[in-house]
Amino acid sequence: MSADPPRPVPLLQRQGALVAAVSLGGVLGALARWGLGLAFPTPHDAFPTTTLLINVVGCLLMGVLVVLVAEVRTAPPIVRPFLGVGVLGGFTTFSTFAVDAQTLLAAGHLGTALGYLAATVLGSVGAAWLGLVVARAAAGGAR
Amino acid sequence: MTAAGLWVALGAAIGAPARYLVDRAVQRTHGTSFPWGTFTVNVVASLVLGVVLGGAAPSAVVAAVGTGFCGGLSTWSTLGYDTVRLAEARERAHALFNVVMSTFAGLGAASLGLVIGAGAFGP
Repeated sequence: MSADPPRPVPLLQRQGALVAAVSLGGVLGALARWGLGLAFPTPHDAFPTTTLLINVVGCLLMGVLVVLVAEVRTAPPIVRPFLGVGVLGGFTTFSTFAVDAQTLLAAGHLGTALGYLAATVLGSVGAAWLGLVVARAAAGGAR
Repeated sequence: MTAAGLWVALGAAIGAPARYLVDRAVQRTHGTSFPWGTFTVNVVASLVLGVVLGGAAPSAVVAAVGTGFCGGLSTWSTLGYDTVRLAEARERAHALFNVVMSTFAGLGAASLGLVIGAGAFGP
C-alpha cells in the first residue's frame, strides 16, 4: 500500500452537507416570509410594515442565536449554517427592503421612504444588538 | 402548498446556498473582517429583484426569482449582526460604513434594476 492520498471525499461530503443545510434552512425561512407577506400584505405605496418586522425579528433572533451557538456553548457545526445562514438568512430580505424603499422614493413618497429606511436600518441593527445583550445576560444569569 | 409556494421554495433553495458560497469565496479573496461577501450578495439581489419587479414578469417568475431567489440570496440578519460585531470590535467606522454603504448601494442597484426591467420587460 502506498501512502494515503489526500482525503477529498470527507471534505466534499461535509461541504455538501453544509450547503444542503443552508438550502433547506433558506427554504423554510423564505416560506415563512412569503406566508407572512400573504397574511399581512402591504398596500401599494404604503409603509412596508410586514417586511420591516420580518427583518427586525430576524436580526433579533440572529443576535440570540450567535450567543447560544458560539459564546455560551459549542453547538454542532451544522447548527449555525442551518439556523443562521439558512433559516434567518432566508427569512430576512435586503432586496425587498431596497426595492420597496426605492419604489417609494421614485413615487415621491419621501416621508414614508425615509421613515422606512431609518426604521429598518436602526431597527435591524438595534435588534441584533438587543438579541446579543439579552441572550448574554440570560446566559450569564443561568450559569 | 400552492404552486407559488413551490416556486418560492425552489428559488430560496438556490438563493440561500448561493449567498453562503459567494460569501465564502469573496471573504477568501478579501481576507478582512469587513463583510464584503454579504455586501455583494445584497447589492446583486437588489439589482435582480428590481429587474423582476420593474417589468411585467409572470407571477411564477416573481415568486421563484423575486421572493425565493433574491430573498434567499439577500439578508438583513447577517448585515445587522455584522454591523454590531464590527462596532463591538471597536471598528465603528467600518460598522457605520457597512450599513450605510449597503443601504445606498442597495437603493442604487434597485433603481438600476427597475429601469432595466421596465425597459426590457415593460408593457
